[in-house]
Amino acid sequence: MSPSRWLAIFASLAVLAIGVSACGSSGDSSSGLSGQIAGAGSTAQEAAQEAWTAEFENENSGVTISYDAVGSGGGREQFIAGGVAYAGSDAALEEEEGELGKALERCKPGKLVEVPAYVSPIAIVYNLEGIESLQLSPETLAKIFNQEITSWDDKAIAADNPGVELPDTRITPVNRSDESGTTENFTDYLSQVVPSVWTYEVSGDWPVKGGEAAQGTSGVVEAVSAGDGAIGYADASQAGELGVAKIKVGNQYAEPTPEAAAKVLEESPEAKDLAKGPYMFPYELDRKTESQGTYPIVLVSYLIACTKYDSAGEAEIVKGYLEYALSAEGQEAAAENAGSAPLSPALEEKFKPAIEAIG
Amino acid sequence: MELRADTTTNAGQLLAAASGGERRVGDRIFSNLSVAAAVTILALLAGVAFFLLLEALPAVTASSSELPGDQSLVDYIAPLAFGTVLAASIAVLIAVPLAVAVALFISHIAPRRMVLALGYMVDLLAAVPSIVYGLWGIFVLGPAAVGPMEWLERKLGFLPFFEGPASATGRTMLVAGLVLTVMILPIVSAVAREVFAQTPRRLQEGALALGATRWEMIKMTVLPFGRSSIVSGAMLGLGRALGETMAVTIILSVSGIVTFNLISQANPSTIAANIALNFPESSGLAVNTLIASGLVLFAITLVTNLAARAIISRQNPQ
Repeated sequence: MSPSRWLAIFASLAVLAIGVSACGSSGDSSSGLSGQIAGAGSTAQEAAQEAWTAEFENENSGVTISYDAVGSGGGREQFIAGGVAYAGSDAALEEEEGELGKALERCKPGKLVEVPAYVSPIAIVYNLEGIESLQLSPETLAKIFNQEITSWDDKAIAADNPGVELPDTRITPVNRSDESGTTENFTDYLSQVVPSVWTYEVSGDWPVKGGEAAQGTSGVVEAVSAGDGAIGYADASQAGELGVAKIKVGNQYAEPTPEAAAKVLEESPEAKDLAKGPYMFPYELDRKTESQGTYPIVLVSYLIACTKYDSAGEAEIVKGYLEYALSAEGQEAAAENAGSAPLSPALEEKFKPAIEAIG
Repeated sequence: MELRADTTTNAGQLLAAASGGERRVGDRIFSNLSVAAAVTILALLAGVAFFLLLEALPAVTASSSELPGDQSLVDYIAPLAFGTVLAASIAVLIAVPLAVAVALFISHIAPRRMVLALGYMVDLLAAVPSIVYGLWGIFVLGPAAVGPMEWLERKLGFLPFFEGPASATGRTMLVAGLVLTVMILPIVSAVAREVFAQTPRRLQEGALALGATRWEMIKMTVLPFGRSSIVSGAMLGLGRALGETMAVTIILSVSGIVTFNLISQANPSTIAANIALNFPESSGLAVNTLIASGLVLFAITLVTNLAARAIISRQNPQ
């Protein structure tokens, strides 16, 4: 093709692009919202964010929202630096390294908004030939993961599973090799419920050496699938064909269902010392709950935003987006796409003032 | 005579052109451009080194209680450096003999018709993206290696390398090393192949004429002639293996320990894989720590390259 032909094609493409973007900015949306905002953070929220942005952009055709799943830490950092309008984080903002203070500073003269928006049960997945269902007490679970129990026919496991013939296969505990919110929530559960057995610090980095480690939720699921006798922890929606252990809560064994996970958040107290303002709702998850119908190994992920932005348009979009994410429809969309647990109507009601304050 | 007259004119024109003003400008532009390119490379390298030093400094000066895992920087990086060198060494130890054999086959043994196709295939190995090797490692090679690794544990368990217990998933240092082997094989063999093919014919034919067998001929002429190319190919491969990130990140079951046990589920991580795994969720000083480990990798690669240069220049004093 001759250069002039290329030039002609390029020129017509350019004209087309200008035309399209002009259409976009003129805004034929019903809500009147238009523009674009960016968010970043938690990888756990990625599937939920995809559902939210797709649906929200559908409703408001002039709006573009991009969510970059760089990880919670990266998301908080970008939010503080002003690079993104909102962040997704698997942990509430803390004073450590001054993050909370810097985030408050970033939102001035507005206030900081922090609401739990994504609750997901973490399943204990296992691969053991011939064993269809498995029950574990927190103590046994902790001993498996700190490598005290090394064989499936151990007395402690047998005691949790009366009448089940367990093989003498070696246990391969699988953990995340990358730092992750899933690990942090799982170790938090173990150290809250069985502190005498689980003596490690709560951390997103797996603290026990010598176990099998794999990258990401998909890596853990793959490793557990590949090894007979393997057991790991992963987002419940990703468990697939693997066996899912029931965990002892109180005097019963509970399954990781969305309802049971949502109930934990409802029953947990707020972490008052981390709430620096009326629109922050950090939670101190009560993993020690013994009430029926709860499943305490859950991951709670927050949306972090400001009440004031440089432009009113940006604030309106953030407000509309968060409103949708926390609404019954938004939570339902996330549950469908990511297998998360929808927030209860009572909690939705509770967080509403924070969203309404934006703008 | 017409012909001769022509040649003279041509030569005259060439001479005129060489000393003519027009070409001088071209020469100047060319030499300036190439100087600029060389300076850019140096500036880039210096820039990277400066960035690493600057960003690593906070981690170097911080007390160990502030660093990830509450351990000193040396304790944090040492197992990673160990894992990096171990994985790369496995790869080089297996890849170099294999690559030399492949190169010899292509340059001296294969029938002419096969040479082109085979050379092309080996080069193609280098074109496969490392993430694909990683996926191949966990889905194919890892599970397939479980049985052989259990065999190694049973038969050779007295060696520290195969002490076991053998991993149930196959995501071990040995498998990671084997995948790295496949990845560096084309680099090493391409370098060796080019040089083997250039072994002077008279030497080879002389050896054969003196009654040497084909293997003796190769041993006496081709291998000595290509020795420095084998070393430099191995060093290129080592460099790639040291820095390889994606495949190791996916395959290796890492556990921050130092061990020569190649077949268990607990393996030392490598510097590059550790950065890839932990960077997304890191902030503050943890990032500086990762960058400090990157600086160590930079230093390791630099030292290997310098060592390779030294070896090569000692072998070819000219």
